[in-house]
Amino acid sequence: MKKTFISLAIAASGLLLVGSAFAQTMAPKDDQLYKAFGEKAGLVSLMDDFMTRLVADPRTGPHFGPANQQRIKEQLVEQLCALGGGPCVYKGADMKSSHANLDIKKSDFHALVEVLQASMDAKGIPFRKQGEMLALLAPMNRDIITPK
Amino acid sequence: MKTKLATTLIAASAAAFCAGAQADTGKLLLTGGVSSIDGAAGGGLTPWAVIGSNATAGEIGGSAYISNLGTKDYGFNFYGAAVGIKDRFELSIGQQNMDTRATGTALGVPGLRLKQTIIGAKVKVAGDAILDSDTLMPQIAVGLQYKTLAGSGLNATLDALGAKRSGVDLYVSATKLFLGQSLLLNATLRATKANQNGLLGYGASLGGSENSYSLQPEFSIGYLVSKNVVVGAEYRTMRNKLVKAGNTAFATNTGPLRSEDWKDIFVAWAPTKNVSLTLAYVDLGVVVPATTASRKQQGVYVSAQLAF
Repeated sequence: MKKTFISLAIAASGLLLVGSAFAQTMAPKDDQLYKAFGEKAGLVSLMDDFMTRLVADPRTGPHFGPANQQRIKEQLVEQLCALGGGPCVYKGADMKSSHANLDIKKSDFHALVEVLQASMDAKGIPFRKQGEMLALLAPMNRDIITPK
Repeated sequence: MKTKLATTLIAASAAAFCAGAQADTGKLLLTGGVSSIDGAAGGGLTPWAVIGSNATAGEIGGSAYISNLGTKDYGFNFYGAAVGIKDRFELSIGQQNMDTRATGTALGVPGLRLKQTIIGAKVKVAGDAILDSDTLMPQIAVGLQYKTLAGSGLNATLDALGAKRSGVDLYVSATKLFLGQSLLLNATLRATKANQNGLLGYGASLGGSENSYSLQPEFSIGYLVSKNVVVGAEYRTMRNKLVKAGNTAFATNTGPLRSEDWKDIFVAWAPTKNVSLTLAYVDLGVVVPATTASRKQQGVYVSAQLAF
């Protein structure tokens, strides 16, 4: 029993340590991520590719086909630029109101993530950098997915 | 009988979902885990808080697996199925077969095969292991595993040791994917009476009662090399409930039936959304050291899973 408690204590403190180390790295302190995505030109090219795939994919096409694609691309460039620590301020619509009444399911959100991964792969963005950007984007699911 | 009925139901519904009866399901790659040897979704040796199958919120999915492990003195195979409901509930069935080889012969039961059936249920109670990437809150699930060991030539031995042939494990798991670091951590705390995961029965009474639950921590760490490859390691603590009984039975104090913690290093690869393959090197420590010259039971584990 003593051994059990010791193991548990070690595990718990290990998790806390790891957790606090990561908590500090969640928001970018510099523009490393922005640069890894090829700065403004890279983001524009990424979002062009992304939108083409979103429209072509049967899971996401119905959502993006009829939408104002140019505006969405511009807002995404601005948003990812800001998230990545680049010289941008996102001034677009807030996530919650812009996705209200769209009936977006969790599977739709996952489909979008997969399409974005395909685009990031196509643009040669390293997997670790993709994860850093996804970690900043993923919490938006709370405003995007339609609550049941 | 009840076990058989539940087995049939879970396997049949998993098969139905695997056969494509359900429309496309939408979990992210590998986020339903692989199938553990107990049938629950997780790593190879330990369950995780993730819900099995490819089904996410509002969907129902199924998975099926087959695995094999050969150690120095034993051969194991594992197969089973799971149903994932709305990314909240998981029902699983797992079959474990152990070929005892020379140990069976040494115990006077040549050709002894131990067969354990595990019916599992798991419910996610909080968190989202993947999408809640701005908090440290993990995904948390609680689970139950009802394990029954089929009658075999070992019955008389288990009776003599005072080990039961069925038991219930309860566990709580916390799983967190640190997306930005490509790192997955899991911690599971299991309350169990099982000897060697139940393959040698549950608890013991010869030489002193060992019939209470003990709390056993289990850990997994995984690093995502790419979106469809994970490498990692696991550690599952084992309780030595057969030490006193073994010492008494063999009239020694060397722990002829003692157990050791289980561990592995693994690589899991998902070539498509519906298939995952796991290769691992597993160390079960000593398993019935009395008949195996206290050799460590280490060997290669391979597993294939289909999920929909």
